[in-house]
Amino acid sequence: MNDTYSATSSGEGFWANQNGRTGISAWLLSTDHKRIGLLYFWSVTSFFIVGVLLGLLIRLELIAPGFNMMPPQMYNSLFTLHGVIMIFLFIIPGIPAAFGNLVMPIQIGAEDVAFPRLNLLSWYLYITGAALAVISLFSGGGPPDTGWTFYVPFSARTTTNVSLAVFGVFVLGFSGILTGLNFLTTIHRMRAKGMTWTRMPLFTWSLYATAWVQVLATPILAITLVLIMAERILSAGMFDPAQGGDPVMYQHLFWIYSHPAVYIMILPGMGVVSDIIPVFARKPVFGYKAIAISSVAIAAAGSLVWAHHMFVSGMSDLAVLIFSALTFLVAIPSAIKVFNWVTTLHRGSITLDPPLSFALCFIFLFSIGGLGGLFLGAAATDVHVTDTHFVVGHFHYVMFGGTGFAFFAAMHYWLPKYFGRMYNKNIANLSCVIMFIGFNLVYLSMQIVGYEGMPRRYYDYLPQFATLNLISTVGSWILATGLIVMFVNLFRGLRHGEPVGRNPWGGASLEWMVATPPPLENFDGEVEVTHGPYDFKKAGVL
Amino acid sequence: MSEAGHHKDYEGAKLGMWLFLFTELLLFGGLFILYGVYLNRYPEAFKAGGDKLNVFFGGGNTVVLLTSSLSVAVGISALQKGNKKLCLGMLWVTIGSALLFLVNKFFEWSAKISHGIYPGSAHLKEMIPGESVFFGLYYITTGLHGIHVLLGAGILTWVATLVRSDKVHQGDFVTLENAGLYWHLVDLVWIFIFPLYYLIL
Repeated sequence: MNDTYSATSSGEGFWANQNGRTGISAWLLSTDHKRIGLLYFWSVTSFFIVGVLLGLLIRLELIAPGFNMMPPQMYNSLFTLHGVIMIFLFIIPGIPAAFGNLVMPIQIGAEDVAFPRLNLLSWYLYITGAALAVISLFSGGGPPDTGWTFYVPFSARTTTNVSLAVFGVFVLGFSGILTGLNFLTTIHRMRAKGMTWTRMPLFTWSLYATAWVQVLATPILAITLVLIMAERILSAGMFDPAQGGDPVMYQHLFWIYSHPAVYIMILPGMGVVSDIIPVFARKPVFGYKAIAISSVAIAAAGSLVWAHHMFVSGMSDLAVLIFSALTFLVAIPSAIKVFNWVTTLHRGSITLDPPLSFALCFIFLFSIGGLGGLFLGAAATDVHVTDTHFVVGHFHYVMFGGTGFAFFAAMHYWLPKYFGRMYNKNIANLSCVIMFIGFNLVYLSMQIVGYEGMPRRYYDYLPQFATLNLISTVGSWILATGLIVMFVNLFRGLRHGEPVGRNPWGGASLEWMVATPPPLENFDGEVEVTHGPYDFKKAGVL
Repeated sequence: MSEAGHHKDYEGAKLGMWLFLFTELLLFGGLFILYGVYLNRYPEAFKAGGDKLNVFFGGGNTVVLLTSSLSVAVGISALQKGNKKLCLGMLWVTIGSALLFLVNKFFEWSAKISHGIYPGSAHLKEMIPGESVFFGLYYITTGLHGIHVLLGAGILTWVATLVRSDKVHQGDFVTLENAGLYWHLVDLVWIFIFPLYYLIL
């Protein structure tokens, strides 16, 4: 028997139901979690594309030593912008705010999030923060040139427009806090009858862990940003050695937030992959509880490792040793997840549809990134490779190869459900292969050239690094080609593709039991959940 | 809470508020971390700085805030028992206390500034190392707290108008309760600030 929770709608679902509003206000004033999710999706995707263009320009400048196309100051601004946009405007809100909003309430059998109006406010705060960041480029002393970490003393002294950019990030942080708070309350209070904690899909579990990190870590970033503004505007001297302050304290405060923030970035991606793999292996997920608990374990352990970003900043040897040891602890829950995904695939009946292709790329690229992370977590090797392109490569393997590809997997997995149409699967798989090749050329070259000693954030480099930099830049063009193919195919498919039914992939979680596209309040009447999210037999889809 | 007009989830509304209060505590937590580290580094300077603060003003403001926490709690109980008039009276007392606190703060800061003690001042730079950090932290912490007092007063005023127009009443008072929780947080943070800065030995 096939579980169904809402009648097949007119084929328009929530798109048709505008609550009496018309035109653009049906979107801008909507408190429907699906519309807000799509607002986020369009916003973060737009900023992603801007970030990619900036990244391509950075790579273009580094194609050969010396001056190629831009002066050093512009290069500094570009990598700062690339970092700020990708981190604060794309990766952090990307999966949780866009797909979390689209999918999570349906996955737990709720009609919406706990605070729908607050949800809309979060999006407006996101847009306000983004606008402030953009305005900071064209006003005051010009675009910030500090790097996305805003390290003092430079950030306190540079004449560029750091204060406004920092205020923009502050507003973005507030948006993230409100989304996290909303999701936590939703997951605690709005689960349908029978939706026990161990029947929650793993994507929702990962959002739950993420939301805790958002709520508990982001305020520290907020106060740190306030302190930068106080340094610049009031010269409060908190981090100024001349007045008795300590710049290393800035780094501590910054990383107390920003290290947990990398788990805000990666955990939802892991959740996406955990949801996708069992569906395309036609097997219940292996180690459900281990994956769910490891999300929470990563969130907890990840809050205690921040100072591994500061091994060369001046800390006692004991502190270095402790933070290094704690860092290795994080590898354990991460590895638990990878092994469980691989075991789920083992002897599964695998269909290589695009969501799974992207998820497989995730596992492969995230594993490389994770193993590279062990080099950096060990203080002895970190001293040699810190602040080199090795770090840049590692970070992109985890964040782009990990979260980026998980975002693409989520697009290909869930968007047909909301748009009611399917893209061309072969082209999607092709784009995945192109991107995978391009990706490894870009970032593996970076890791090698960094290991050979090329520092990051430098405008120029020694001639012996030229070949690998050339390969990396050429790879960036292949990667960009793959992205273009993917986005064109996806968006064309969502407009003009074949209509899809209720359950195109044969999933067993609740979002596949409602109509396509889902109706305004998701379910007709009461929902009662009788089985787990990966119990394909009981869901009648196996 | 959804548009279709479903019943309010009280537990959910309070859970959300408590989570928000956590974030506020952590916001101030960052400043308390700095305080801890710098106190450990410059105990003498912190003592000297604390001696320059006016315990009379600080203590007075502590009494004002504690009283206002009481009045807001009484106001909530009053509404729960259906006494709208007492509730409104208590809310006005609370808001008045908030304003009194800010007026005190204004005079206290003015006195300090007229003595040349403010962030970046030449006078501060001549003091022993660490005193400048002490006063920098003092201004940021009490300033941020002052902003919260102002926000709290604004929220309480808004809730008072809701009580007045019966949008918040005996049967539906979670908004008032949450505003009260926020006000207690503002009070609580001050309870930490006062001894750390004014009474340091």
